[in-house]
Amino acid sequence: MGYPANYRYTKEHEWIELDGNRAKVGITDHAQSELGDVVFVELPAVGTAFNRGDTLGTVESVKAVSDVFAPIAGKIVEVNSELESSPETINSDPHGAGWLVVIEISDPSESNSLLDVAAYEKLIAEE
Amino acid sequence: MRTIFDYQKSSGTGGILPKLDVPKCGTTDLLPRELIRRSEPRIPNLSEPEVVRHYTALSKLNYGVDDGFYPLGSCTMKYNPKVNEDVAGLPGFSSVHPATDPELAQGSLSVVYEMSRLLAGIAGMADVTLQPAAGAHGEVTGMFLIKRYFEARGETQRTRILLPDSAHGTNPASAATAGFSVTEIRSGADGLVDLNALSGELDDTVAGMMLTVPNTLGIFEENIVKITAMVHAAGGLCYFDGANLNAFLGHARPGDMGADVFHFNLHKTMSSPHGGGGPGSGPVAVSEVLVPFLPVPRVKLDGEHYVLDWEEPQSIGSMQSFYGNFGVFLKAYAYILTLGDEGLHEAGENAVLNANYLQERLKKTYKLPYDRLCKHEFVLTGKGVAEGISTLDIAKRLIDYGFHPPTIYFPLIVHEALMIEPTETESKETLDRFTEALEKIASEAREDPQLLHDAPHTAPTRRLDQTRAARYPIMTYPFGE
Repeated sequence: MGYPANYRYTKEHEWIELDGNRAKVGITDHAQSELGDVVFVELPAVGTAFNRGDTLGTVESVKAVSDVFAPIAGKIVEVNSELESSPETINSDPHGAGWLVVIEISDPSESNSLLDVAAYEKLIAEE
Repeated sequence: MRTIFDYQKSSGTGGILPKLDVPKCGTTDLLPRELIRRSEPRIPNLSEPEVVRHYTALSKLNYGVDDGFYPLGSCTMKYNPKVNEDVAGLPGFSSVHPATDPELAQGSLSVVYEMSRLLAGIAGMADVTLQPAAGAHGEVTGMFLIKRYFEARGETQRTRILLPDSAHGTNPASAATAGFSVTEIRSGADGLVDLNALSGELDDTVAGMMLTVPNTLGIFEENIVKITAMVHAAGGLCYFDGANLNAFLGHARPGDMGADVFHFNLHKTMSSPHGGGGPGSGPVAVSEVLVPFLPVPRVKLDGEHYVLDWEEPQSIGSMQSFYGNFGVFLKAYAYILTLGDEGLHEAGENAVLNANYLQERLKKTYKLPYDRLCKHEFVLTGKGVAEGISTLDIAKRLIDYGFHPPTIYFPLIVHEALMIEPTETESKETLDRFTEALEKIASEAREDPQLLHDAPHTAPTRRLDQTRAARYPIMTYPFGE
């Protein structure tokens, strides 16, 4: 599976689709394949605010429970409630229908430190 | 596989009752109307032989340490000597009711008292509570003790617990349950706590640090004395997770390394049977400063009499009804007294020797990400054995060779982890057979990968669908639905 060139990425294997002051966040194909079958997703309530690096939710697979970190500071404006009943969407379509949350960004300059697709692909090649 | 509810209603019943020889009276004469059920209870109605055969059949599907090698990392599945069962089964112990007047239970109380003294000696610490019923219960007890200590000192701003990423999985949960927030400290490339990362986090909001010693990679924290001194200098306390005590049993004492709290897993280190959730016992040893906060009742020696003391004004209260899992204390007490100082020392030594022997043999076939002298256990990776083969496949194939698989996918810092803890009770022959099985599996993985994907082949059930079990768990029995 390819990594969309218009997305940004983090070292913690999240992708971010920036749209104005909004950021849609999910976990990457690499992350879902390392985790294995996802069986449960816990997401924050709409309206919750996070600092960058805070744990905003958890993804539980047959192998492990992993925290999802806020890639950028802001307030949650949307969560993907479909994942509650069909967590497997994260495995089948990690970069699309398997998105987790939409964050309203509080400090746009923070997005500068996110990785671009080339940097992310280099990172996973080294792992 | 049938459950006891799946049997057809039996023709007979469990027993034949004798003729009634007292005046007959109805349930309505004995109980208030609203407490009388109107439908039959949904319990199996089977005869004695049917019940016995059902459970005997189930017991034959089981695999335990009495069947064979059980190298479950982090679990210390050592053999449980049967003499300990004899001791725990003595009627003077097994028939005593926990509410018996202490005057009439002096023998049992003396075991509780002596056991705390023995454990305090092994830990090199001031005192011990035997109340916690398991390891994680000991952890949360220790966290409550630390919390109460800082409350008593008026340092309520200490709300953080530091935890290395190589700690036991239950540690962060125990800290959070006691109301602390958790800060993770990354391990360095050597698998040890990164001292710079630690020093960057130490301030007056830190209540303490929880350490698993040795850590889940089976590596001893070489800087342990430095680490505890750093935490103490910042005003915090040090918690040691004692699940891995087998690695230094009789050789070193947590108290001498600077621990303020240390929990034992009697069901691991002191050889009482465990698995499947219990029964466990997680006594907690503490340094001098935490003694006033220990759970009540405390068993004390007043002259020549053992008494239950509830009068400890600063105590955190009771951590469980009565005094803990007494049957487990007895087995562990028998074990400690049987082995003595010398025996415990030797047990620790052989646990480490066995682990290093296996590590050296297996690292020729499987990658060993942290390649150094290990303690009681080590972590290999299933990655790189063959394309498309996962650690799960390897673990399942081990079942076909008659071994219980090791712990897999933990610790998280090793990808595709295989965490192996042989313990001291295994012979060289067993370790060699296990090595040969894993070597054979590695060549099967290259030559016939499907054999591994389909494993186990010889177990009572084939590969279970663990994804489906986790996504759609059925937690109740569907009676006639």
